[in-house]
Amino acid sequence: MAHIPDGVLSMPVLAAGIAVSVAGCAYGLKRLHPDRIPQVGMLSAVFFVASLVHFPVGPSSVHLILNGLTGVALGWAAFPAILVALLLQAVLFGFGGLVVLGVNIMNMAVPAVLCGLAFRRVRRAFPGDTRVAVAAAGAAGAGGVLLTGLAVAASLALSGREFLTAAHLVVLTHLPVLVIEGAFTAAAVGLVLRVKPAVLDDPAPHSDEDEGEGAP
Amino acid sequence: MTAVADTCTDGRTLLDGGTSLGPAWDAAPAGPDPRLRVVGAALFAVTVVALHALPVLLPALGLAVAAAVAARLPARTTLRRLLAMDGFMVLALASLPFTVPGAPLTLAGVDLAPLSHAGTQQALVILVKANAVMLMTLALAGALGPVRLGRTLARLGAPDTLVHLLLFTVRYLDVLNREYRRLRTAMRARGFRAGANRHTWRSMGWLFGMLMVRSLERSERIAAAMRCRGFTGRFPALADGRPLTGRDRAMALAGAVAMMALAVADRLW
Repeated sequence: MAHIPDGVLSMPVLAAGIAVSVAGCAYGLKRLHPDRIPQVGMLSAVFFVASLVHFPVGPSSVHLILNGLTGVALGWAAFPAILVALLLQAVLFGFGGLVVLGVNIMNMAVPAVLCGLAFRRVRRAFPGDTRVAVAAAGAAGAGGVLLTGLAVAASLALSGREFLTAAHLVVLTHLPVLVIEGAFTAAAVGLVLRVKPAVLDDPAPHSDEDEGEGAP
Repeated sequence: MTAVADTCTDGRTLLDGGTSLGPAWDAAPAGPDPRLRVVGAALFAVTVVALHALPVLLPALGLAVAAAVAARLPARTTLRRLLAMDGFMVLALASLPFTVPGAPLTLAGVDLAPLSHAGTQQALVILVKANAVMLMTLALAGALGPVRLGRTLARLGAPDTLVHLLLFTVRYLDVLNREYRRLRTAMRARGFRAGANRHTWRSMGWLFGMLMVRSLERSERIAAAMRCRGFTGRFPALADGRPLTGRDRAMALAGAVAMMALAVADRLW
């Protein structure tokens, strides 16, 4: 649902999407220490697989967006991770267009990073409280979908008044995904916190000190 | 209620058995240089998105179809992808003939009152654009396969970190998809059936939580093994490849001329 194809959006919206995505990915990559590449690549593969799973809803089915969980697990690295996922989906499967890739990345990655930062803040405010962390994860999962739905609707509405109807429909179709994804993310994060809580801690402090050493 | 599909059918080519990863590491690609293919797909997309006139867009779609045939894209899969282009397309386009103001659409003398001519025209333009860009992208860049795509991006100057991230994601997609199926089989053996209820969502969340934990442990072993082999932040052979041949240059020129012609025709229309 979040994959807008080419030919729909207006030039200013496309340009804004490209600018935001390039800046976000550059910052995300700058903060990403080479030692963490296997970890981030592996997690983006998990989210890629998870986003292909279809959940039954009535006679039809939906698939998850998982940008909330991506943000919670990866922080700023969610930007390049989502770039990779959307690029692969666009080039290999034809989901979403090429020129519109910037907008699609922005619509998914900005909510991901926001949800991830909010989740970390809540965890720092209530250290060691698993129930609060699980609730925050559920909110991040649902919030990621909600913000993405609103962003897709805004991209459409800003491209022309004739797309307002479609924009409303987009928000409506995101609502079932929002419920499922909230429950899903809360459960996933709850399990990770019980089995291996260190996973969701901020990356080791040293990786922040020597940030920018990424490119040799 | 239908049983939950394990993956969407479109995921299969990338995820099943890693077949698309097979020859991509070192085999010399047939056809034009991979860099030209990726740059060409991007330029074609930009050109087509900037066009306005339906009569000019149709030859652009024709070019994309020709490229798809030349790249020997599998017809059935490609058609299914074109048809399946997200429910989004249908949503966005179906409302256009009603929401764009203008003279009513007349078809063979019959007045189709609530549908406007301009809206129908705009919906058609968008449909042709989306299909042309998608076909050309699949034919030029998609046919490279994910690994060669990553290496080509590296040769085109994409940041090493990004390319490594892409290659890692591609490398482990298949591994994790198989692990996911194994866990799903175990759940089915215990009588789990997916439905629209909290139990399903929570169980799937636990499944992927477990997958996250396992994959992180695996990634720690991979990182350690890479350090053992002296990994310093880049794969040395990533950006190697043959230079452009005369034939590549000729094709690049032909492509550039075709796109210029489209742009000029659109201005004149």
